[in-house]
Amino acid sequence: MSGYVIRRLLALLPTLFIASVIVFVTIRMIPGDTIDLMMSQNDTSATRQSREQLESALGLDKPMHVQYVSWISAILLHGDMGQSLWTSASVGHELMLRLPVTFTMGVMALMVSLIIGIPIGVYAAIRQDTLGDYALRTFSVLLLAVPGFWIGTLVMVFPSIWWGWSPSIRFVPFSVDPGAYLLQLAIPAVILGGSLSAIVMRLTRALMLEVLRQDYIRTARAKGLPVRVVVIRHALRNALVPVVTLVGIQAPLLFGGAVILEQIFVIPGIGLLLLESVANRDYPMVTGVFLVVGVAVLFINFLVDLSYGFLDPKMRAR
Amino acid sequence: MADVAFPATDSAAARFGRRLRGVVDFIWRLCRQKPLGAVGAFICLVFLVAGIFADFLAPYGFNQIMPIDRLKPPSWQHPFGTDNLGRDIFSRILYGAQLSVIVGLSAAFLATLVSTVLGITSGYLGGRFDLLVQRFVDAWMSFPDLVILIVVAAVLGPGMTQLIVILGLLYGIAGSRIVRSAVLSVREQSYIHASQSIGATPPRIMLRHVLPNVMSPIIVLFTTRVGAVILAEAALAFLGLGVPPPAPTWGGMLTGSARTYMHMAPWMGLAPGICLTLVVFSINMFGDALRDLLDPRMRGQH
Repeated sequence: MSGYVIRRLLALLPTLFIASVIVFVTIRMIPGDTIDLMMSQNDTSATRQSREQLESALGLDKPMHVQYVSWISAILLHGDMGQSLWTSASVGHELMLRLPVTFTMGVMALMVSLIIGIPIGVYAAIRQDTLGDYALRTFSVLLLAVPGFWIGTLVMVFPSIWWGWSPSIRFVPFSVDPGAYLLQLAIPAVILGGSLSAIVMRLTRALMLEVLRQDYIRTARAKGLPVRVVVIRHALRNALVPVVTLVGIQAPLLFGGAVILEQIFVIPGIGLLLLESVANRDYPMVTGVFLVVGVAVLFINFLVDLSYGFLDPKMRAR
Repeated sequence: MADVAFPATDSAAARFGRRLRGVVDFIWRLCRQKPLGAVGAFICLVFLVAGIFADFLAPYGFNQIMPIDRLKPPSWQHPFGTDNLGRDIFSRILYGAQLSVIVGLSAAFLATLVSTVLGITSGYLGGRFDLLVQRFVDAWMSFPDLVILIVVAAVLGPGMTQLIVILGLLYGIAGSRIVRSAVLSVREQSYIHASQSIGATPPRIMLRHVLPNVMSPIIVLFTTRVGAVILAEAALAFLGLGVPPPAPTWGGMLTGSARTYMHMAPWMGLAPGICLTLVVFSINMFGDALRDLLDPRMRGQH
């Protein structure tokens, strides 16, 4: 098993390297005049000296590969991702503050999607090709088509028109009131989980159909077990493992959706940080968020891979 | 050889007739076997026509400001109401459809082109080239769509051309996986081995033998990409990173100053969202039906 972990980890290294290069090169595509724009926006007078200072602060005065090596070695050796151009706060520190919020919201959304998606998926599978199955499958396509930002906007607007209530946009940190902290994340988490539940539902349905065709299901039915017991104890248990792991692969979807919902509900997570730093042209911060999100997704996929290998004996033997 | 054996059947007219019959036959199959897909295709067609002929259909200009008619609820004169500047929302929806059609089709076309070239070369050539490309695709796909879009849009600045290029590249690279996996199974077919053995060059094989045989997944890929691109464009416009105002993007109509006025004029928040949902929903329904009809191997995948 440890051999398997090490092999998977080694296979991850080139991908991590290329991901870091993608981040680095993308940010370096800034056209030259953006520095002027940045300086005028940051309200420093555009003197020649400050321009050079800014360029060296961004490390733009050295050749590309030198820039990359110094950037990546600072991160790997000292955990130093630079400083915000705006507040001169450490990028790493800011990320550590914001990541847990997005992570909490993501986990809540994941739970919502499993709670909604699995029962519906099981129902659709045991009623395959009935009217109910068609209706639920159509509904899942609809759920995927509804943009999260529209639902978020409606949730902000309509309750206030109808009942004079709207979700609070004043953020309560976990350390102040854990209950209120989780409650304020609940609405965006439900919206985010709603669209993910469509994917969970489709996966559960497909995997259940596969399991229900197996011989041991027929045996269980033949020896007189009631349908309910067979479905829940024999079929669902076997279908759930791949469902849970495959859902883990949807992590990019959660991060992407979080960006928009954090903006609407003013939740200071990593998505809002990205939007703020993009608006302020705070490139070290943008680079930091970009890199951390990519690495986080790769790491989650790695864990999903491992859990798959751990749970499936066929994979373990390899 | 073929030209000599069937000289009569290969006239242009006969070929056109055969193709037309194929299309009619396909539409008939779609309606009979996948009625929901056919409904989806019909709604897509309505929006396509609305977008193409927006200039003739829209009763008002997309930025025609009528201060007297500010925040009017839906009426016969303004079917979807007016916004805070007194602009007719119905007209803006039509012009927004035009924008979505342009961005959706061209970005999806670019994406499909990128996916096809990358998928076929990577899948057919294999070896070290394939390994390198696939590691790159892995790394690329580890970034959430929206995060890449936000960062690149911020770097390149706003504008329609940038938007199309970004969306095309983003979905093109991610979609190359689907084309590649189709190529991998085609590559082992005996007709490929046959043309290899008579000395056909790799480019010729890829173009004449591999491409026609992976056409079904490519068509399905294109269809579903149109929906994804329209949704992504709307999300970017919503975040203020899409085609800049006063262009009437559906995403843009739900953001900015519109949000302040929605409490007084809730209809401002309805039409763009409903249209967006309806269009993406019908494209996806149509895409699912296409996949089931064209490519039985991909059935069950989302």
